[in-house]
Amino acid sequence: MSTSAAAAVTIDGVTKTFAKGGTVAVQDIDLEFQPGEFVSLIGPSGCGKSTLLRVIGDLVQPTTGTVQVGGKSAHQARLDRDYGMVFQEAVLFDWRTITKNISLPLELAGWDRSRRNERVKEMIDLVELSGFENHHPWELSGGMQMRVAIARALSFDPKLLLMDEPFGALDEMTRERLNLELLRIWEASGSTVVFVTHSITEAVFLSTRVVVMSPRPGRVAGIVDIDLPQPRTGDTREEPRFFELATELRELLRGRTPEGVH
Amino acid sequence: MATGWTRPFVVDDLTMPPMTDIVSRLWEPLAEGQPPLIRDLLDKSAFTMREAIAGFALGAVIGFTIGVVLHHSRLLRRGFLPYVVASQTVPILAIAPMVVIWLGGKGLPIWMPVAVIAAYLTFFPVAINTIRGLDSAEPRALELMRSYAASPWHVLWKVKFPASLPYIFAALKISATASVVGAIIGELPSSIQDGLGGAILNFNQYYSLDPTALWATNIVAAVLGIAFFGVIVLVEHLVVRAAPEHVA
Repeated sequence: MSTSAAAAVTIDGVTKTFAKGGTVAVQDIDLEFQPGEFVSLIGPSGCGKSTLLRVIGDLVQPTTGTVQVGGKSAHQARLDRDYGMVFQEAVLFDWRTITKNISLPLELAGWDRSRRNERVKEMIDLVELSGFENHHPWELSGGMQMRVAIARALSFDPKLLLMDEPFGALDEMTRERLNLELLRIWEASGSTVVFVTHSITEAVFLSTRVVVMSPRPGRVAGIVDIDLPQPRTGDTREEPRFFELATELRELLRGRTPEGVH
Repeated sequence: MATGWTRPFVVDDLTMPPMTDIVSRLWEPLAEGQPPLIRDLLDKSAFTMREAIAGFALGAVIGFTIGVVLHHSRLLRRGFLPYVVASQTVPILAIAPMVVIWLGGKGLPIWMPVAVIAAYLTFFPVAINTIRGLDSAEPRALELMRSYAASPWHVLWKVKFPASLPYIFAALKISATASVVGAIIGELPSSIQDGLGGAILNFNQYYSLDPTALWATNIVAAVLGIAFFGVIVLVEHLVVRAAPEHVA
């Protein structure tokens, strides 16, 4: 696979075997994501999509293969704080207010107080949480907590956003609203997003490209370009092309190769 | 005079004086022409509390430091923790005379050795709960900090330490009462007459003549422990802002 210096993420021959029990989580993964792409990793549980995301973030070391983020090693990219991470749970700190939660990575990066406050204010506006600055996490709904987690991940303006089933624990309506918000934020920030999900419709709605993975061991079963027009709206979900793409993904997930995909 | 059901114990005014007698004893002088007993006991309480608070502070700092060190090194934890546990199986009465001899006559204030004995009793719960508390930080939170390339120092102070506070305060509440007990016991082998330990030893000898004096002293000692406990609870409420579901 060619290693372009401009690629946002380059995954080259990555295999991850866990020491405990020798489980092969992912095997022989080669992928390249371009700057500004919104890529979803989709697959059934056990397909290693979360592991692959953690390999990109240098939170899990690959057994073989290499990962480059923005032309650097994944390790260097983590040390340089080149990516923001969002988990399925918001992982907010109860002893910090919303403002303080969002400013945590900025404190770690050594920003001074006035610069931090200015930036947090921008982020609060971006995720539309004005009025909740001094609330504590437990006073917010699950959807609002997730918006705080997104604001925190974007606060230091990373080029790459890694998201591990961020809306998986939310109800359908909150999820659809946050999907729209995430797309708005993605367009505004211009960053690359790698998004893990097990929802077919979510993957089609959000992505410019979807990587379908098959389980045990986790492999790439197919890659589907999502050619729906931008920007996506509430009506996108009702377009015929949306259903065609969802069907295509479903077929790949079942292990069949539909026409026109290779 | 025996009233009510007291079997199998024989209860009379010597074994268990009436509460009214005990309380009123506080306002009677120790001997003819002296101030009321309560005055004497309050002076002694102040002395004992100084030992207890110094011992509590010393024990808390040592316990927390041991907890932080043992949290970070599995090897040290395995090697050192058994000795920490063993330290608490040695009766405090066996340790106290040694501490008094080691630290006595070195120009230190007379209450210092007693504070060290109180610290010996208070560091243990703090050390054990600090380890547990630091371990209690969520794996996801640690992964998040790793994604920010946070230093071990930042992980400790911004995540692990705040997560451990409920555990540490649980230990401090135990230590607060233990430090009062430690201070009183520590006074016994030191022949210190200025504190409640001295008073208890003294009133023990005259128990058959004046049981209410010892009972009154015990009550004052108990009130001290409860008050210290209450102060820690108050500080906990100010410091730990736990989510409503975390407040028991």
